[in-house]
Amino acid sequence: MFARVALLVLKKDFAIEVKSREILYTTLFFAVSCVLVFAFALVRDGRAIDDAAAGILWIAIAFAGTLALGRTFERERYGETLRALLLAPAPRPAIYVGKLLGIVVLLLLAETILVPLVALLFQAAFFARPWLLAGLLVAGTIGFASVGTLFAAMLVRSRTRDVMLPILLYPITVPVIIAGVRGTSALLQPVPDEPAAAMWMALLVCFDVVFVTLALWTFEPLMTE
Amino acid sequence: MKHLFRACCSVLLLAVPAAAFQPSAQGGFVPVTPLTAAEQLPAAPLLITAYAFVWVAVLVYVWSIWRRLGKVEHEMHALQQRARRDSR
Amino acid sequence: MKKLFTPLLLIVAAMFAYAPVMIANAPYESSMGLVQKIFYFHVPSWFVMFTAVFICGIQSANFLFRRKPSADRIAVAAGELVVLFGLLGLVTGPLWGRKAWGVWWQWDARLTMALLLELIFIGYLLVRKYGGPGSEKLAAAMAIFGMANVPFVYVSVNIWRTVHPKTTVVPSLVPGMFGAFWFSVLAFMLLFVLLLTLRVRLEHQRAALDELYLAEEDL
Repeated sequence: MFARVALLVLKKDFAIEVKSREILYTTLFFAVSCVLVFAFALVRDGRAIDDAAAGILWIAIAFAGTLALGRTFERERYGETLRALLLAPAPRPAIYVGKLLGIVVLLLLAETILVPLVALLFQAAFFARPWLLAGLLVAGTIGFASVGTLFAAMLVRSRTRDVMLPILLYPITVPVIIAGVRGTSALLQPVPDEPAAAMWMALLVCFDVVFVTLALWTFEPLMTE
Repeated sequence: MKHLFRACCSVLLLAVPAAAFQPSAQGGFVPVTPLTAAEQLPAAPLLITAYAFVWVAVLVYVWSIWRRLGKVEHEMHALQQRARRDSR
Repeated sequence: MKKLFTPLLLIVAAMFAYAPVMIANAPYESSMGLVQKIFYFHVPSWFVMFTAVFICGIQSANFLFRRKPSADRIAVAAGELVVLFGLLGLVTGPLWGRKAWGVWWQWDARLTMALLLELIFIGYLLVRKYGGPGSEKLAAAMAIFGMANVPFVYVSVNIWRTVHPKTTVVPSLVPGMFGAFWFSVLAFMLLFVLLLTLRVRLEHQRAALDELYLAEEDL
């Protein structure tokens, strides 16, 4: 029941997204613009400062993620569909999981384009340890989206949602950004520092476990009017 | 009153660390043996600033609670009076 | 609680008046000297801040799951005090660091995380103020998530290299420092209780006022 509802919610989001591809394209374009803006800030004499690539990648993910979260729930609000979803006789946490999966898949899709782009533009050796990098990205994205989905869902009813989402989301998810950036830059060293990257990944996984559990636990009372 | 208070606070907070830097400039252009770290930066002003800040911040906070409480109580009083008048 | 309020106020005032004497009499630290004395109110600020974080988080959970309005009042009071005591810590810290490390701010693990907690709770207050109707729940979630962030604060300190004095410095204090330190901690904790009751009372009065307005509308 639980998994079925979650998959149904995911499928619904996908059906809408496949039709318009609005969120994917806008998110991706926004992420690329972020990369460019940071490139102008951090490139001196044609070369980026050390470790810039890792930072730029994660900042682009965080900013684009916020945009995607806002748009996804704006769409729900516009059609009053979130209310309908919540009225459906389905376990609320399953709805949360469905929305979370949708956001994570969307962001991972955006990352598959973003990572090669940043690697290309900044001569970053992202593909020296592809599995570790993928692990960091997946764990980081889940951590960011777990908090983001909950807050964005709660903010649907609020008038000030556009400004409140970043205010709430960034301070809480800074550990994700720190761990992601440090872990990624450990991989970018001339000799990739695998133990350090693995340690940061472990921290990210802990963060994911704690915050997904918390979100599942609080989603029900939070979404009850 | 509020502005005066704020101004005092900011002057106090700015002046003390600023005062802390002055002794290091005493050397001027005269080439002397390098001052030891302890002489370059007297600790007392820093310490006093820190302690003063704690006091000021707590007092400002208490004052703000007291003001807000006063406002609420005033409003309550007015409301009760109005209710009494209406019931008569 | 009202009866206890005045004696508590007097005790706190007396303790804060006496604290400088205790601190002045405490022995000097060998490498940092006089400036190390900031320690006696820098560290208690953090103690109080963490206490307030946990009170805010637990009471928020209480409010969210048991729907107790009184829990929400304590949570908002504690949330404000997190910001206040966090500010004390964040201001006294750099004053110490200026002398001990030579810079006002160091991107050290503990400092960064303290700043982060402060930001989370400023966010909490902002949501409460500007979030519109239903923002109490939103803020409660923020507080719970903020509390859950604290272990990450602690873990990060141990795995990062840090220039900050370790927490192990507290049990290893020499007797003269020990007395002054725990005296300050006690003074700060009592101050916290005092401010908390005061702030909760404000929230209580506000709720009473809202009820009065509602009653008037019903007439």
